[in-house]
Amino acid sequence: MQVISCIKQVPDTTQVQIDPVTNTLIRDNIPFIINPYDGHALEESLRLKDRYRFKAVALSMGPPNAEATLRKALCQGVDEAILLSDRAFGGADTLATSNVLATAIRRLHKQEEVAIVFCGKQTIDGDTAQVGPGVAVRLGFTQLTLVDRIEELDITRHRIRVRRKLEGRYEIVEAHLPVMITVVRELNRPRYPTVPMRMAAAGSKVQVWDNSVLGLDPGSIGLKGSPTWVSRIFSPQREKGKILGNGLEEPRGAAKQLIEKLVAKDIIGTRY
Amino acid sequence: MNTIQIPFALLLTFALAIFTWLAWSRLTLLSIGRAENRFDRPLKRLKAVLLDAIGQRRVISRPFGFNHLVIFWSFLLLGLANGEFIVQGLFPGFSLGEFLPSQMHHALLACFDVVSLLVLLAVATATFRRTLIRPSCLEGDYVSGRSSDAFLILGAIAVLMLAYLGLHASEIALGRESSAGWMPVSNALAGLLSTLPRTSFLEPLASICWWLHALVLLAFLCYLPASKHMHVLTAIPNCFFRTLGRANTQKKGEFTPGASYGVAAVNDFSWKDLLDSFACTECGRCQEACPARVTGKSLNPRQVIHAIKCNLMANADSLRLGGRPELPLVGDPAEATLDEKAIWGCTTCGACMAACPVCIEQMPKIVELRRHLVQMKSSFPEELLGFFENVENRANPWGIAPGERTKWAANMEARPYLQGETEYLFYVGCAGAFDSRNKQVTSAVARILDAAGVSWGVLGREEKCCGDSVRRLGNEYLFDQLARENVALLRERGVRKIVTHCPHCFSVLKNDYRQFGLEVEVIHHSELIRDLIAQGRLQPENIGDRTGATFFHDSCYLGRHNDVYEAPRQVLAAATGSVPMEMARNLQNSFCCGAGGGRMWLEEHEGERINRERVTEALSSKPDTICVSCPYCLTMFEDGLKDKEATDVKVYDIAEVVALGIRSAVQ
Repeated sequence: MQVISCIKQVPDTTQVQIDPVTNTLIRDNIPFIINPYDGHALEESLRLKDRYRFKAVALSMGPPNAEATLRKALCQGVDEAILLSDRAFGGADTLATSNVLATAIRRLHKQEEVAIVFCGKQTIDGDTAQVGPGVAVRLGFTQLTLVDRIEELDITRHRIRVRRKLEGRYEIVEAHLPVMITVVRELNRPRYPTVPMRMAAAGSKVQVWDNSVLGLDPGSIGLKGSPTWVSRIFSPQREKGKILGNGLEEPRGAAKQLIEKLVAKDIIGTRY
Repeated sequence: MNTIQIPFALLLTFALAIFTWLAWSRLTLLSIGRAENRFDRPLKRLKAVLLDAIGQRRVISRPFGFNHLVIFWSFLLLGLANGEFIVQGLFPGFSLGEFLPSQMHHALLACFDVVSLLVLLAVATATFRRTLIRPSCLEGDYVSGRSSDAFLILGAIAVLMLAYLGLHASEIALGRESSAGWMPVSNALAGLLSTLPRTSFLEPLASICWWLHALVLLAFLCYLPASKHMHVLTAIPNCFFRTLGRANTQKKGEFTPGASYGVAAVNDFSWKDLLDSFACTECGRCQEACPARVTGKSLNPRQVIHAIKCNLMANADSLRLGGRPELPLVGDPAEATLDEKAIWGCTTCGACMAACPVCIEQMPKIVELRRHLVQMKSSFPEELLGFFENVENRANPWGIAPGERTKWAANMEARPYLQGETEYLFYVGCAGAFDSRNKQVTSAVARILDAAGVSWGVLGREEKCCGDSVRRLGNEYLFDQLARENVALLRERGVRKIVTHCPHCFSVLKNDYRQFGLEVEVIHHSELIRDLIAQGRLQPENIGDRTGATFFHDSCYLGRHNDVYEAPRQVLAAATGSVPMEMARNLQNSFCCGAGGGRMWLEEHEGERINRERVTEALSSKPDTICVSCPYCLTMFEDGLKDKEATDVKVYDIAEVVALGIRSAVQ
């Protein structure tokens, strides 16, 4: 049996700037990181590998430089890292992306039974939370989203029980394998690779699968297979603030003005 | 005397056999340790032995050390007397007088006699100290100042001296000693004995004293290698084999596939590390100086050294046969010799090493243990995961975007370093670039450099974390990566001179990066500012009236680890018009702020906060201003003062004090 983690390389959002003229991301010199939620997905697949001796495979669709992120997954201990990369995959929306990922997983499933596919609950660049469920639908796997704990995994009965973290409540859900699980941060604490793991990873290779491997209809992938596209990205403009009163000379008066403004906007209440 | 020859010879042979076996079985264990060259520069090593071991320089650096000096030197002198005694036991009638000119022999006899009394006094003082003064440094988890070991040894020494004097006094009283006039103490005692009956008292007394002396001497010989008095054999070699480099600059990691990194088991230590464990005198000076121990953490440097010895002895049999140790060295305290939690308490301040009278290197061993935990087991306090990832991904501990490295210079111009044009690279450091309070120090340094007309520039967003905390926390792999990248960048830019206001960056650039081939002039801002003032290029206005009672706190990485003590004090003297005041623990004995060794990024879950202890000490002198020369110290002091609600006391970096004077001058 194998477990698969779908991981995405995203720009480090703390360092992203948007070109005000072209409204696109300035990608020069911006470091890429693994999407933080996907880090937890990867970690969970490794924990199942450690516990049940599953084979752990990391899967990513992206440009050739996404190999760096898969290499980190190898450092952390996955058995195989596969990069789905082809110019034809470029410009994909969530539908086309899940189509490519699902096809790759189906291919892996033919070699060895896939028990669980782990995805992060969403990415920090696209924020759609659609790819995981999209993959599940295309594979016909049960989808268990927003999981913060695996309560029980019974391999002989092919059953899994998980806890979903919803707003204001938890939900315990049971399902038959295979399943697709999207994970939240609370699920685990990703491991820090040991030096022997890093050195072993340096010797192993990231496999690259292009569309000649997957054999998908060009109309169902990339920009052509995407019914949605980004028309504009912009950062909201923030107007420069004003200095009210004279806080240096008369701090009490300035504080009073501030409180009045906050009360007027109903940000703070007057009853306490 | 013929009746004693045979039994004495038998006893002596037996004692020597036990002594040899015990000492041999311990010292041969050193061969289990890893190889390490500690034989280079023998003359320098010999000098260290003469000063620290023979001269007892480190011993007498604490007030009570004088007592040991008396015992040590007496021990050396009485070694001759005891040698004579043993030979006499085998060959009655033997005397040193046969080989020495009579004047010299008489002088020696006088020495032996007086020195025996001095030793008795020293033993009495030591007993008084252990029973009545009870200094805290003598107490520990595994040993007590009032332990039977300590009193056994003191008792044995006292009996030896009493027997020596008793023997000679009775011999004099019996009229058998021709050199009586040269033995003032024995002679005086003989005066008291002279009225006593000769055959029924004096003769038996002489025999009893002789046998007592013989038996205690031989028993002491047997007991020595198994006790803390093993240091009699190992302390002098340990001083000889001490590190001649900077002990806080850890060994460079070599990353070969299939290897194990750091120390997991006792046989991963070097032979010198193992020798350290046999050299420990259990004096407790290290634990008294250790900020972790003083504030109630589970780390105790003395315990670490003792644990290495215990673990080595416990695993000796399997290790001798080439096997793996059975008793784990580090882990859960119920199963292993050393508590894993304790390993993380070290601030790498080096106070333990500075305090040790026999040159034991405690701190580097702790870093080696951390190296294994981090690199092989990925086992470290939770807070460090984010820290390591931030440094690895964004080259700074906070994980702030590298593009923000120059934001400190919002109100001034931060020029890029240009090869051939700029004289000094100003290595701002992560704290100086990202921590809002420390950005003010960075601006102050920049203003000072401008005021003095110094040509300086920065690396800007290309500057990376120097890797100090990373290395001290045992993540040598990541440090290696940072060091290579930084050294390559500094070389590519043709940097020749670096100034930095962080002692951690300073120490890493100056010492650690040498291992990576960087040979440039690295100067701490305190040294540069002092020079600029001395050259008249900087004439700060005296702002002593604004700083009031000003104290200076020594940063461990500037002072103890790099011997820069005077420069910051001279800068403050020039800026405030008076020499800064000193805290009780200062210079080599300074007390860490609590942030070194990567502790900056860790919570303090045990005991009292180290910065609180230091701030309490500072406040006892009623300061108006506390001056520091390190970004970590600045943060720790400000936090500590807030904690103690002493916010009327100001904390400044020395550069800020100077910059205050410059700004005033401009206005």
